[in-house]
Amino acid sequence: MTAIAATSTPARARKLVGVSRRQWVGLLYVLPAVALVTVFFVIPLGMTAWMSLNNWPLMGEHSFVGLDNYFAILRDTRFWNALKFTAYYTVIVTIAIFAVAFPLAIFIERPRPLTNLYRTAFFMPAVVGFASASLLWSWLLNVDSGLFSPAAFDLGLTGKRINLLATFQPAFWSIIAMVVWKVAGFTMIILMTGLQSIPQDLQEAAVIDGAGPFARFRAITLPLMRRTLALALILSVAGSILAFDQFYIILRGGPRNQTLTAVYWIFNQSFVSFKLGYGAALSMVLLVILVALSLIQLWLLRKPEGLD
Amino acid sequence: MAEAMSQNRKAAFSLARHSTGIIASVLFLAPIVWTVLSTFKPAQEARQPPLPPWPTTGFSIENYQTLNSFGDGLWVSAQNSIYVSVMTVLLSVLVSVLAGYGFSRFRFPFRDFFFVLILSTIMIPFQSILTPIFLVLTRLGLHNTLTGLVCVYVTLQLPFSIFMMRNAFDAVPREIEEAARMDGANNVTMLVRVMLPLVWPGVVTIALFAFLGAWNEFLAALVLMTDQSKFTLPVMMTALQSGRFGAIDWGAVQAGVTVMMVPCLILFLALQRFYIRGLMAGAVK
Repeated sequence: MTAIAATSTPARARKLVGVSRRQWVGLLYVLPAVALVTVFFVIPLGMTAWMSLNNWPLMGEHSFVGLDNYFAILRDTRFWNALKFTAYYTVIVTIAIFAVAFPLAIFIERPRPLTNLYRTAFFMPAVVGFASASLLWSWLLNVDSGLFSPAAFDLGLTGKRINLLATFQPAFWSIIAMVVWKVAGFTMIILMTGLQSIPQDLQEAAVIDGAGPFARFRAITLPLMRRTLALALILSVAGSILAFDQFYIILRGGPRNQTLTAVYWIFNQSFVSFKLGYGAALSMVLLVILVALSLIQLWLLRKPEGLD
Repeated sequence: MAEAMSQNRKAAFSLARHSTGIIASVLFLAPIVWTVLSTFKPAQEARQPPLPPWPTTGFSIENYQTLNSFGDGLWVSAQNSIYVSVMTVLLSVLVSVLAGYGFSRFRFPFRDFFFVLILSTIMIPFQSILTPIFLVLTRLGLHNTLTGLVCVYVTLQLPFSIFMMRNAFDAVPREIEEAARMDGANNVTMLVRVMLPLVWPGVVTIALFAFLGAWNEFLAALVLMTDQSKFTLPVMMTALQSGRFGAIDWGAVQAGVTVMMVPCLILFLALQRFYIRGLMAGAVK
């Protein structure tokens, strides 16, 4: 370590001689990563595009059918229903998550006694996996052995034990409750980083100018949090569009196939009906939607002009 | 603002704050606590609604014991999950440390292209390329193997962890390397002996995310693992919960859920600061 103090001239000289060979070594370092991404991402991506142009059963030969799969999608009302349901779910769940996460973020933003403890408690469900959370709630929501409907009955809130998962409305809102419980802590932390990045003196100056809490929130907090809000929003929207675990585990797409999401429908077509080509075409549609969303994200997250 | 408040208002504010905090904490923790407590009921009692959540007819670990009687048994799935998660951690750390170092310290042709290529995979939902992944694994002879699942999980971790590791290496001053080089360290010794200790917090962060990601992943495991002896815990427990092994034993389901949740909760509590760090890095990028 004594060498730190020494002059770096000899090192420079050596570096100049071996510059190209030494730099090429870098390629070796990134090679495993590039290989993995190529084999397990880039190639499958290209294959999805190619498969979507084929009739591709699990067994037997596949045959080129051009855009037939895409034309079939246009007529596939069940897929459009799944997409519609996914959009509906995405809007509702995102609003619900923000309605819970934003107040929580404000609550834990500043260091006060016990804040860290509260933050940890709110965040705990976020580290539990979606599958575990879904299994847990499928029990809580069960009509015979669960918690909610027996408890409501015992408390006299309902005349009989109601099966929450038998009809659309209670089933849907049960899923919303479960997802908010699981995800709100995560969104809270993201929003908290945005709140903490707002300079304290700006708020104080506004107080001196006589601005009330609501005016301060609108004029200072919201505009300065634009990038964080956009990030939290996109994460929530992208995550919800890809929702699968909770609908598969808790509802199996029911009642009466009303809660089939886009990913669920693709899963059914590809791995239950084994229409791999058609599943690939459906995947392409989903992929285009998500990439468009990512581009919107990049645009929303661009550095604000005149700032930074 | 605080100075203006009278002593009374301060106390009232503090009371309101803590009651809100406690009520919200209870709401968030209740489902977890409820589950864990009710797993210790005897099987007979576990079939009844969990009111109250704790065992009333005696403490029992029956629910955990019966888990092993379904299919190949929970222990096999737990082993699969542990194997897949640990291998995902080791491999993704190895690959991302190497790549992060490479991207941070060398200027080779196509460097920026490769970096953007790896990062841009985060825009594509892996759900949409599962079928071809299935076919690629079959072609490689990794069909229905845990190793194949590990490869997929590692790939999914790479955009985040390489981004993290490149930033970590970028933050290390170049003088340290030059000094070590003059002391005669070659590339590999330098990376392991000199650089690794300096980027250690980043390594812990990506290891934690890799573990949680692999441990909790459901859809890919459901699609790619077709043989029951290869099921990971989420797939096995879903099969149990769907009644695949006869009448649904909710006590056993809760015991399984507890086995799935506890490692995540412990790891998070122990390494919270690294977890939040990772989230921040993602959020502020």
